[in-house]
Amino acid sequence: MRPLGIATLALTLLIAAPPVLAGGEQVVVEDPWSRASIGTSRPGVAYMTLRNTGAEPVVVTGLRTDLAMTPMIHATTTDAQGVTRMSHMEEMEIAAGEAVALEPGGMHIMLMDLQRPMVEGESYTLSVIFADGTEASVEVPILGIAARGPSD
Amino acid sequence: MTRLQKGLWAAVAVAALGAGGLAVTVSRAPEVATSGASSVAAEFELTGHDGVVRTEEDFRGKWTLVFFGFTNCPDICPTTLAEIAQVMDDLGPQAGAVQPLFISVDSDRDTPMELAEYVPQFHPSILGLAGTPEQIEAAAASFKIFYERVPEEAAPDGYTMGHASQVFLFDPDGGFVRLYGNGTPAPEITADLRARIDAHG
Repeated sequence: MRPLGIATLALTLLIAAPPVLAGGEQVVVEDPWSRASIGTSRPGVAYMTLRNTGAEPVVVTGLRTDLAMTPMIHATTTDAQGVTRMSHMEEMEIAAGEAVALEPGGMHIMLMDLQRPMVEGESYTLSVIFADGTEASVEVPILGIAARGPSD
Repeated sequence: MTRLQKGLWAAVAVAALGAGGLAVTVSRAPEVATSGASSVAAEFELTGHDGVVRTEEDFRGKWTLVFFGFTNCPDICPTTLAEIAQVMDDLGPQAGAVQPLFISVDSDRDTPMELAEYVPQFHPSILGLAGTPEQIEAAAASFKIFYERVPEEAAPDGYTMGHASQVFLFDPDGGFVRLYGNGTPAPEITADLRARIDAHG
């Protein structure tokens, strides 16, 4: 997956020589939400949909928030035996015109090293960083610990 | 043999050793066999988040929903806990016939006290169960579930856990009934439980 990702990124950079729009401008973040945490010792989570409205693929290469020192994209995968594991994704490509959903039981943003507890009713700013260095910032509302979706 | 060749052979040897070590680890892990449903049983002695030692006998007379996880799990465990919480709310008066049990596979970090801080936040009816590595291994073997410690530099304490993510249903006599696959929506579980509770009388 990774070598392919790197190859895709390299190709993207080569082909998309005259950049049309920066990632930060062509990606729309929809339905962001987080669950409340108990204290700061356990990792938090954020979910959202990233929609690429542009004509070129974009690659997410990082995240930033003052809520957590190390926010990262994780993929939850479940095998045929029902065993679930998590793996860190160093980058994530969103094809032109496509949307990637970060949702419970799938890809998600893991918020490591929380700097303060995540309190229900509050919100925080999260910046999604793209390969071209641009960013898209979104205000993420913190829902209850047992929330199941953005409208809970 | 050139130095490069020697180096390559050394790498092969190291990889072979590593693979051997891995094979040993895997063969010692509980069998992954959710297919052999008839042999699935709930047999355990674990400590509840209330500090009380429990075995499967303590839950006779109730339908038990059993699932596995760990409290440092940001995605799948809170998701399952939230679904089960919703099921318990939706069951209304019938919730009294159901006991959800959350068994932590992370014996190093999840003490009963840790579980007491975490599990009831989702629903007061869910009981968290913790145990020693040996107790967890014995429980996992009876449920025929797989779990493993996965080194991950970025995770808290440098590791995360892989684990079975289905929800097991046992009847009031302790017999294994079925699995709800990871991601089964709460309304589906609620409807299934309702039908079984009604039929059971």
